[in-house]
Amino acid sequence: MKLLKLVPDDTNISFLRWRMPFFIVSGLLILASWALVAFQGLNLGVDFVGGQMIRTTFVGQAEAPVPQMRDTIAKLGYGDPIIQRFGADNEASIRMKLPEGSEAQPDLANTMANRITGALKAEFPDVRIDGVDSVSGKVSEELFRTGLLSLLLSMVAISIYIWVRFEWQFGVGALLALFHDVSLTLGFFALTQLEFDLNIVAAILTIIGYSLNDTIVVYDRIRENLKKFRKMPIPELLDLSVNETLSRTVMTNLSLLIALIPLLAFGPASLFGMTAAITLGIFIGTYSSIYMAAPLLIWMGVKSDSFVPQADASDKAERIARGETA
Amino acid sequence: MLDFPRWKRIWLWSLLLLVSIASLPSLASLGGIAWPEELPDPAINLGLDLAGGSHILLEADTSQIAAQRLETMEESVRTAMRQAEPSIRIGDVSTRDGRLTFMVESAADVDRARELMLPLVNGTGLTREWSLAVVDETRFVLTPTQQGLDEALNQAMDSAKDVIDRRINAIGTLEPTIIRQGENRIVVQAPGQQDPEALKALIGQTAKLEFKLVDLNALPSDIAAGNAPPGSQIYPYADGSPGAGTSIAVRRLGGIKGDNLVGAQQGFDSRDNTPVVNIQFDQQGAAKFARLTTQNVNKPFAIILDDKVLSAPNINEPIRGGTAQISGGFTVESANQLAIALRSGALPVDLKVIEERTVGPDLGADSIRSGLIAMGIGTGLVLLLMIVTYGRFGIYADIALVLNVLMIMGVMAVMNATLTLPGIAGFVLTIGAAVDANVLINERIREERRRGRSVVSAVEHGYKEASRAIFDANITNVIAATLLFLFGQGPVKGFAVVLVIGIVTSVFTAVTITRMWVAGWLRRARPSDINI
Repeated sequence: MKLLKLVPDDTNISFLRWRMPFFIVSGLLILASWALVAFQGLNLGVDFVGGQMIRTTFVGQAEAPVPQMRDTIAKLGYGDPIIQRFGADNEASIRMKLPEGSEAQPDLANTMANRITGALKAEFPDVRIDGVDSVSGKVSEELFRTGLLSLLLSMVAISIYIWVRFEWQFGVGALLALFHDVSLTLGFFALTQLEFDLNIVAAILTIIGYSLNDTIVVYDRIRENLKKFRKMPIPELLDLSVNETLSRTVMTNLSLLIALIPLLAFGPASLFGMTAAITLGIFIGTYSSIYMAAPLLIWMGVKSDSFVPQADASDKAERIARGETA
Repeated sequence: MLDFPRWKRIWLWSLLLLVSIASLPSLASLGGIAWPEELPDPAINLGLDLAGGSHILLEADTSQIAAQRLETMEESVRTAMRQAEPSIRIGDVSTRDGRLTFMVESAADVDRARELMLPLVNGTGLTREWSLAVVDETRFVLTPTQQGLDEALNQAMDSAKDVIDRRINAIGTLEPTIIRQGENRIVVQAPGQQDPEALKALIGQTAKLEFKLVDLNALPSDIAAGNAPPGSQIYPYADGSPGAGTSIAVRRLGGIKGDNLVGAQQGFDSRDNTPVVNIQFDQQGAAKFARLTTQNVNKPFAIILDDKVLSAPNINEPIRGGTAQISGGFTVESANQLAIALRSGALPVDLKVIEERTVGPDLGADSIRSGLIAMGIGTGLVLLLMIVTYGRFGIYADIALVLNVLMIMGVMAVMNATLTLPGIAGFVLTIGAAVDANVLINERIREERRRGRSVVSAVEHGYKEASRAIFDANITNVIAATLLFLFGQGPVKGFAVVLVIGIVTSVFTAVTITRMWVAGWLRRARPSDINI
């Protein structure tokens, strides 16, 4: 049987030759992402701003009566709800944020939710309440804080791990690549205005983990090649390492994508945002492993003689004894 | 490396068999097959977002505890001074600014009053619950200590948890989980609860029942303006009660609290057949109730529930039997609900719902179905990709992947872990990522073959060289997933659990198990070339 080879043997693409243009593009994308986040803002879900998200199905109707629902809820005097299709045509989600100055009433979010579901049931006899999430201002603040904290902590923890296992340049390179991935994902959510909730934080943490997966495989090969080809110029050596691991990168990310795309297409509607974020993150993460994590090593001055693997002390002694230089 | 001793093979196969067997009950329940009851069934729990149910987070108002303690202390002080021989007259009592102050009218009584106060300010243990000071010779100042307040809050939350427990059991919800969280919060999880609103109404009701005498001297204009006469306070009538929309003034002290109830049932009024709640007091409560009603025949007393007046009937005759009837515009349901709430005791403090997540059973079932379809398609495609890319080695990777899925289910079942909706996403992601280790190994074998190594040497190098990268890459994932677990909430935690288990099992199946098979095949077939 002839086996499929997605990447031909002995590829020799000079990725690193294009490092400056790509670096500039990445820099601009990061800036654009943060500008979007700052000016457009993220469409924060009730998890982070408080309020309620109610999912409804209109049993026996072809389409959810969105305008009438809006009228019914607006009559309660809490302001205008955001009503969206959610899954099938007869399903709709209703989102209300907490009104300003509601800190003194911790149970306001829940009272609102009860009144909204009550009004809907009274107005539409065939409505089925599928889900209610109501989060008070205090809880949403806590969720926001812990979400942010877990993102920062994981970035720092992973960078420290890489620093310990490799060298400081690698740790910084990985951290910057992660910053790139997280920024672009946030930018994507600011641009599309997809709802940003707790699940998205989980998705971003997952992206961090998998983006690092690619970075580490490349780094691992760089470390190996640095030991093997001590005289090779660094950009060439980086290109070699990326090329050698390219077929693995393509295969793994392809298999991740073909597992995730059915989930995007057929999976539960409430997982769409999370799956979309992870899918996007796989593309961004692969790109950043090649165009951010690797070239950064050049600029941070990794040289064949400056990189001495810590795990291999005897090797270090030998090199010093021989007085090898690049 | 290719040498696998028999004991090691037996050990690995038994481990695989064991966890796969553990996954059977979960598989059966997914396929809709009833698992025989005689067999142990370590099945995966479905999270509330998949099974349907309610997650409710309740928070107590801590300032209320402090206010209650002041009120109780005021009553104790008044009683102690009145019962002293001879009694000590006090005045100018105030509970402002979070402390209790009062004046002893005769300076000669100060030392005696101080003696009487001492047992009141010390708690049951070694802690001092109040600090006591005498200022300006005759003025006592009682300030609650932080220790005392903390202890009171802790006790109140413990007993609130018990009360909620009793109430939920009374309506027969299946396997509810009620846990204290932090200082002043309680989490209630009720799987399969069909009517979350009734549940919330029941657990959120404080059910503080009080009987207080109506202040007949209060001027209607004062009541309307909200100005309570000295010694009285104004309560509104409850919604739905006969006096709804108006308020009434009652005497602040000297009433009875509903603490001494031994029973409460929904019943009907013998005269007009409206729903009422019949209550029974214990001996102490009955005696107090008898005293109050005897001393106040022909005067009205207000029945107050959670600071709202239900009704204010006249006391026609002393009530000595220790039973009473509460009326106040009930429906059968609301009367029944109040009876349950009263039977299970009053909450020592108001609890407010600060977070609720409810999922209807239909949505949960839909989510499982569409999640499984997506998982099936994704798994099929990944399996196919591996075979067309790596041939025989791809088949090994595929079997490892299937075993990996069984192992995740088995480990989750044994750990009694909970599968949530994001957990399904975690599962799918794991399927995609589980092959990564095999991809790394197989690519490396390809590479080593290209460099001209012999088959055995190439396979050996492939596993050895790839292992380091596999280890480093997966540790970072474990770090991210662990943080996700530590800081995540609810369903996200479930996602993290699946991710961590998946990472560990995938490395195990991909590295150790496939190596065993590859080694066995190489030994048996001794191929001179491999198609990879």
